[in-house]
Amino acid sequence: MTAAPGTMHAPQPPPLPATWELPSKGRVGMAGLIVTESSFFAIFVVAYLFYVGKSLTGPYPADVLELPILSSICLLSSSVTIVLAVRALRAGSVRTFGAWWLATILLGLEFLIGTGIEWHGLIYEHGLTIGTNLFGTTFYSLVGFHALHVLVGLLLLTLVLLFTAFGKLHAGHAERAEILSWYWHFVDTVWIVVFTVVYVIGV
Amino acid sequence: MLAAPALALGAAADDVHPIPSMFDPVSPPAEMIRGLSFLVMGIAAGILVAVSGVLFWCVWRYRARPGDDREPPQVYGSDQIEWSWTIVPVLLVLVLFLATWRTIDEIEASEPPPGSLHVTIVGHQWWWEIRYPDLGVVTANELHLPVSADGARRPTYLTLESADVIHSFWIPQLAGKMDVVPNRTNRLWVEPRATGTFVGQCAEYCGTQHAKMLLRVTVHEPQDFERWAAAQRAPAASDASVAEGRAIFQSTACINCHALDGTVADGSFGPDLTHLMSRATIGAGAAANTPENLRAWIEDPHTFKPGVLMPAMKLDDQQIDSLTAFLVTLR
Amino acid sequence: MTVLDEGIARPREDEARAGAWSKVHDWAVTVDHKKLGVMYVVSALGFFLIAGLEASLMRIQLAFPNNDFLPPTTFNRLFTMHGTTMVFLVGMPMFFGMANYLTPLMIGARDLAFPRLNSFGFWLFLFGGLLLYFSFLGGDGLYGAGTAPDVGWFAYSPLTGRAFSRGNSTDYWILGILVSGLGSTATALNIATTIVTMRCPGMTYLKMPLFVWLMLVNCILTLVILTPLTAAQVMLLFDRFLGAHFFDTQAGGSAVLWQHFFWFFGHPEVYVLILPAFAIANEVVPVFSRKPLFGYPFMVGATVMIGFISLSVWAHHMFVVGLSPAANTFFAASTMAIAVPTGIKIFNWLGTMWGGKIRFRMPMLWCTAFVFSFVIAGLTGVMLAVVPWDFQLSDSYFVVAHFHFVLIGGLLFNIFAAIYYWYPKVTGRMLSERLGRLHFWTFATGFYVTFLTMHFPGLLGMPRRIYTYDAGRGWDELNLISSLGVAVQAVGLLFFVWNLLWSLRNGEHAGDDPWDAWTLEWATTSPPPEYNFEQIPVVHSRRPLWDLKHPQDPDWKYE
Ligand code: HEA
Ligand code: HEA
Ligand code: HEC
Ligand code: CUA
Ligand SMILES: [Cu+2]
Repeated sequence: MTAAPGTMHAPQPPPLPATWELPSKGRVGMAGLIVTESSFFAIFVVAYLFYVGKSLTGPYPADVLELPILSSICLLSSSVTIVLAVRALRAGSVRTFGAWWLATILLGLEFLIGTGIEWHGLIYEHGLTIGTNLFGTTFYSLVGFHALHVLVGLLLLTLVLLFTAFGKLHAGHAERAEILSWYWHFVDTVWIVVFTVVYVIGV
Repeated sequence: MLAAPALALGAAADDVHPIPSMFDPVSPPAEMIRGLSFLVMGIAAGILVAVSGVLFWCVWRYRARPGDDREPPQVYGSDQIEWSWTIVPVLLVLVLFLATWRTIDEIEASEPPPGSLHVTIVGHQWWWEIRYPDLGVVTANELHLPVSADGARRPTYLTLESADVIHSFWIPQLAGKMDVVPNRTNRLWVEPRATGTFVGQCAEYCGTQHAKMLLRVTVHEPQDFERWAAAQRAPAASDASVAEGRAIFQSTACINCHALDGTVADGSFGPDLTHLMSRATIGAGAAANTPENLRAWIEDPHTFKPGVLMPAMKLDDQQIDSLTAFLVTLR
Repeated sequence: MTVLDEGIARPREDEARAGAWSKVHDWAVTVDHKKLGVMYVVSALGFFLIAGLEASLMRIQLAFPNNDFLPPTTFNRLFTMHGTTMVFLVGMPMFFGMANYLTPLMIGARDLAFPRLNSFGFWLFLFGGLLLYFSFLGGDGLYGAGTAPDVGWFAYSPLTGRAFSRGNSTDYWILGILVSGLGSTATALNIATTIVTMRCPGMTYLKMPLFVWLMLVNCILTLVILTPLTAAQVMLLFDRFLGAHFFDTQAGGSAVLWQHFFWFFGHPEVYVLILPAFAIANEVVPVFSRKPLFGYPFMVGATVMIGFISLSVWAHHMFVVGLSPAANTFFAASTMAIAVPTGIKIFNWLGTMWGGKIRFRMPMLWCTAFVFSFVIAGLTGVMLAVVPWDFQLSDSYFVVAHFHFVLIGGLLFNIFAAIYYWYPKVTGRMLSERLGRLHFWTFATGFYVTFLTMHFPGLLGMPRRIYTYDAGRGWDELNLISSLGVAVQAVGLLFFVWNLLWSLRNGEHAGDDPWDAWTLEWATTSPPPEYNFEQIPVVHSRRPLWDLKHPQDPDWKYE
């Protein structure tokens, strides 16, 4: 670029702020992922609500659903344990981190097993499948997609646990662990919505 | 006995308005829409003229002249101007919205007055089933209505249902369209003020032959309408001379899909054939209802309407002839 | 730039072949935002020609009443593929291509936030598109258009259910779009993250070029609306393969629910298509009027408003399914409200031109034609929003005319503008102005002949998606004229394609900054090096290059 004449007397722009810091890519990326995933779930939730009480034949929710209290408590408390884990990592104690992280995984696992038992009962005792009626259709897809997200979360958490076990993890990874924990909180929040819609409003 | 009404019906049926223009309405809903559309077009034309006027002015007045390389004054914006060209459109939108709102209410909130006619229309892949529950009449594709006059209003309220996928019922000169949705009941109101035949067609894509799912509405003087309805209620003609064709009809798969009074045929997959010859077209407007076309249709309906859900029945020539001869008696 | 014309010793034959091969390899494995951007735009152009060919076949069939050039099944497949391709495989990748190439350059960054994800997104899009087109090979092959889907681009249920759509044609539609949709979600996420986290020092949100602003809004909008489509498509897959009943009217399911889901995506989607067009005009109009964009903060505000409002208008595509009068009234109001922020945009472009010294080079010609066409297009949109009138107009050729005006007069015209404007940056060569003018006048004329005419059969009661019509309904001549216009458009496109190819070797050298423009992409070489900028730039205003060129009178004094 050619300099324009008179550069010497040109006015000087106001100085920039001393530091130029923008949010981290990981955080913004995860926030975006959560936005787009929320939209995804919103549609399944709307479909569920839309079809509440519209099944032409049984079994109906009130006949077959039981409140999954234990699973819910486990999943929700795993949000607490993961926060404790991240806090420990930031403080530099990898072992405490590992312990809390493992607890998180076990709690998540309990939730999945709970879902498995519930589904087994629904399918084999009550004969409810995705093709039985509108309730089956909307129930399995909404609860199933949530469970799928728990599963994905568990896989990622386990990966981190493996890194920890092999001693590859240090306090510098605290931010990444925290970003992963956001995803886990999201999965939890979705469960609160699913729980309300399926087990409270829907029956 | 049948000749007289046929003649009288012919009068209205022959007066066909072939162009389904929404600017040539003969029924209040369509008239209201036209009125509203004039208002909207007026406002739109004004906006277009104003905006494109400014655009052309800029193009003409502010085009760069050769040799002039200095930069023009740098203007960054003006809050007053911005607000003014926000407020003016807001006001215009308000006018458009209020006019819209009023007309929605007028058209959709109308309650059937006593003496209204009720008709149920059932959309099928690619034909229309038409039922007059109060009159005990069942027909297809060609809707017959009485004319409505100021002293003697005879509006018609249509109940729209579908047997398979979504269709849309649309006769532009009578009213706007309304979708015909499975598992749902929609309503539409028309009130023709003139006799004659008005055309329209299915307006929601419904599969292969969406293009040939035509509609005809014939509007009669009240007494002609009563006569038409009476003729439709009459039992099917049973002409001894075509007994052979009748037998073929009854022993072929026709009866699985079609209903025909006085025979064993009671299918509902295809149009009711009891008074087949009272219709001007076959195959929902795919062809004129002449004996030749009828014969060709039975031989292979796909020549008129490729993809149609009625199969070619693989009958031999002679069987088809007798069958056609039989059908032609079904006035 | 100089690297290009230095004669390099001619390599031997086999080396050249190896060279060509390694070039293909380079492009295939690249994670460079500029190469991916170019690949997006080139694939989009390819799909555009194919979809245009499909449209041309349809127009031949419709030129005469009772024509039997195409059987009904083929016609139905063609309009489905044409619409689906134009929206998902032309409009979307154009947006992502432009955003990919230009946003990092404009914000002074060296790449996108997640370069590998970027490449992943592109290939998902391309494979999704190829999967969709693979459907042509099933069934009777190209004859009869194979097993290409035939349910229309919005695929209304229950026509898409197992009962009414046997075979796999609908599955191609679902899976092709689903896969490319996942790619689009990934790329939108990537670009949004880049804009939020990688702006060069000094570039606060209110100093970003408007192009970047619009891309940001557009990416966020994409994130919010695309997964709902994915969700609805997953439901449809469950219906078709697992026997679920989401849209199964026989089992109490609702046909209207699909429409809500689709249009909750579909309407904002059309704004996702048009916002990049606005973004382009926001760059081109000021540069060629030689003035800064009039009312920058209002443009930002209007864009954000459009983004929000567009989420609440979807049911204007469903005025005729029999919603309640209250719902119809609400959606009429929200739909009309969009006219206000859109109007602000139009007026600000006019305000920019006013008092300028407008240079009518190719990009500006297209933008001017865009402003005019878009006003017509928007006004027909408002007519459709007038609910009772829409009872007549819906699903008629008037709607077809409306959306081709927005999509061609709005989107495509600006894509042409963008290509004329940034081709020199991408290739280092100018496009030929002479061929450009031929392209402009033929294509624009053909466009008006085809699509202005198309409003009238709609007003005369011609529904869309019909493969033929009877003579004497008042539609005959209008359809013929409309079809003739397509031939003129095709000629225009030939000039364009020829120009793109010819100028690649023979175009004038562009230099870094051929248009005397103001945003950062013009501060680097043409084509830019892999790392974009030797030094990460620092900006003080919305027009950093203006500041450099006019040190006595920089923008930052006034902003
Ligand atoms: C790029 C894509 C694009 C854009 C930008 C728009 C913009 C608009 N569209 Fe369009 N539309 C489509 C693409 C688009 N549309 C498509 C693809 C379909 C059909 C889908 C299908 O069925 O296949 C469709 C269908 C469609 C329908 C449904 C028709 C039907 O099927 O029954 C409606 C109804 O309301 C509508 C309305 C509008 C309105 C009000 C705008 C507004 O945003 C326009 C706003 C602009 C202006 C108004 C002009 C500028 C403003 C001024 C100069 C200010 C002054 C103006 C006033 C005060 C009025 N559109
Ligand atoms: C960006 C969007 C876009 C664009 C640019 C276009 C461009 C065109 N469209 Fe399209 N159209 C849609 C989006 C678009 N369309 C959508 C969304 C639908 C709805 C679909 C549905 O109902 O489901 C639709 C529907 C639609 C219909 C209605 C079909 C029906 O309802 O029955 C028609 C009919 O005329 C039509 C025509 C055209 C024409 C003539 C062009 C022309 O402008 C095209 C110009 C291009 C050419 C003339 C190509 C020339 C190319 C060559 C000569 C080279 C070929 C060589 C190779 C392939 C190597 N379109
Ligand atoms: C599989 C079902 C089926 C069978 C079997 C069948 N039809 Fe049909 N028929 C239909 C359908 C569906 C239509 C409506 C087609 C359309 O308009 O799209 C129709 C239309 C007709 C029509 C035109 C009616 C009108 O008013 O438009 C006639 C006449 C007719 N069929 C006669 C026959 C005869 C005679 C036979 C036996 C030889 C027969 N059909 C067997 C399904 C069937
Ligand atoms: Cu029935 Cu289209
Ligand atoms: Cu819309």
